[in-house]
Amino acid sequence: MPKTASVPASAAKKHGFWAVLKKYRAFYLMLIPGILYFAIFKYGPMWGLTIAFQNYNPFQGVLGSQFVGLAHFKRFLTSPECGQLFRNTLLLAVFNLVFYFPLPIIIALMLNEVGNKWFQKIVQSLIYIPHFISWVVVVGLCYIMFNNQNGSITQLYNQLTGGQLNILMSATAFRPMIVIQMMWKEAGWGTIIFLAALAGVDVQLYDAAYIDGATNFQRLWHVTLPSIRGTVVTMFILRLGKFMDTGFDQIYNMLNAMNRDVGEVFDTYIYQLGMVAGQYSYSTAVGFFKSIIALVLVIITDRLSKNMGEDGVF
Amino acid sequence: MVKTKSLGYRAGMALIYILLALIALFCVIPFIHVIAASLSTPEYLASAGFILWPVKFSLDTYRYIFSTSTVFHALGNTVFITVCGTVVNMIMTVLMAYPLAHNYLPGKKVINFLVVFTMMFSGGMIPNYIIVRGLNLINSYWSVILPGAINAFNLIVLRNFFAQIPPSLEESARMDGCSEFRILVQIILPLSMASLATITLFYAVAHWNQFQQPLLYLNDSEKWPIQILLRQMVILASGAGLGDSGAMEESYVVPQQSVRMAVIVVSTVPILIVYPFLQKYFTKGVMVGSVKG
Repeated sequence: MPKTASVPASAAKKHGFWAVLKKYRAFYLMLIPGILYFAIFKYGPMWGLTIAFQNYNPFQGVLGSQFVGLAHFKRFLTSPECGQLFRNTLLLAVFNLVFYFPLPIIIALMLNEVGNKWFQKIVQSLIYIPHFISWVVVVGLCYIMFNNQNGSITQLYNQLTGGQLNILMSATAFRPMIVIQMMWKEAGWGTIIFLAALAGVDVQLYDAAYIDGATNFQRLWHVTLPSIRGTVVTMFILRLGKFMDTGFDQIYNMLNAMNRDVGEVFDTYIYQLGMVAGQYSYSTAVGFFKSIIALVLVIITDRLSKNMGEDGVF
Repeated sequence: MVKTKSLGYRAGMALIYILLALIALFCVIPFIHVIAASLSTPEYLASAGFILWPVKFSLDTYRYIFSTSTVFHALGNTVFITVCGTVVNMIMTVLMAYPLAHNYLPGKKVINFLVVFTMMFSGGMIPNYIIVRGLNLINSYWSVILPGAINAFNLIVLRNFFAQIPPSLEESARMDGCSEFRILVQIILPLSMASLATITLFYAVAHWNQFQQPLLYLNDSEKWPIQILLRQMVILASGAGLGDSGAMEESYVVPQQSVRMAVIVVSTVPILIVYPFLQKYFTKGVMVGSVKG
């Protein structure tokens, strides 16, 4: 960002606080709504985290409720749910990394090979669409196709095999379904960032490799992949940093009595306990715990990516 | 680029074309199925299976869902929230991004840090709920508009865009005695139309698809947006719904399969219709966003 010469940065020091305020009053006035927004709706809830250390009572408010220290954290860490939530979150994250993560890269590599621009454009337009569909609709489509009474794919399967397909109410099918939905919704959209990286590869490198007698596979291995390595590493690290983010909308809508054991994650657990059962303080403590782990993960992955010579996450 | 035309290469290319075509098909086939089925005569649907073309074309299902006010009402709520919410989003985001685009503004760094910090750490669901309830916004449309009024990521994208506009433009306007607000509205915004369009679209789609906030803050079924109604009609009514005793549960007559499909189509079609016109902006927006904050 170029510095403007006519307004010295040291203006703040030369003149007093009020002089600065007056000089930039238009800018500060514009900032007021935004600052109020962040103060109330972003930092307000952080202050509200104090109820994690209390037995919050809506009538006594955040200031008047009884202080109980770390009792809620202790209760959560020693409860069986703690291990279960971690296991479910971890497994979903691993499934995502193994099965979902490579997919956008592979699709981008294939799209990059396609010579026919017209075909390329059409495929791109079609695979971006699911990204704009809400999770409720994605899960809804799943219910319509797989619901065990009259789902269209269930019917087809049952007619063909004589068996009884039961995907939505099955605990074993839960994780694969979550990952497949993720693939369907986001894999196409995820190619954009890799396609941009691929577009930046110097064509001369390919020509040089060709003249040197490199096979197609060798060119892919020695030219294409090294040149998108940075993007792949950054995206991988970003995903690690978002380890705790198991989309609430998707999982909440996929959960039912039969798959709750494998499907329950932090956000759905917090919703269930806080909003449905009204245990405000305990569920806030669980959420606080989750947020801290997420923050630590982001900081670690940011360091990691800077150490590997890539851009930091921020 | 020079290309080998060996048999192996051609076979490989053919495979790539076929795979890509299959992937593209996989992405749109659920829509085709649902649209085809919702346009079929409901009685034939039960035995039709996975159809991709209407069986005995009929608009009965659509006539039915629009004969009751439920779906219409929920769609109206969603349109209202999307329009008002996006206007609030844009005004708030532009007003905050523009001053922050000036490096020399004292205090800019602190504000920037405080904004970025909210992307890494948040109070979480229950404290958010307590704030919204404390402001008496529960069951008000404001409860799904105000808590997300500024998206930190969009704010940073827009700020970066404003920052790369040559400062000489505002300088000369300032010399001529133009007020900061007029500079923003008459000089900066007209130069930023593409970015503004992209961010407007991101906000609008987010509002249209919003689920968690209305689930938390709108208990009054009169105020439900279409996404919440969808959950009630498609997911809970399928008999496999979450066994919670949430405040949302209402005794719905279990809708027929074709009605569920029609509701999905109706709630998705607006996005599918605008999509082709806006695709260019959407993809551009991702690339703008990949520039570091």
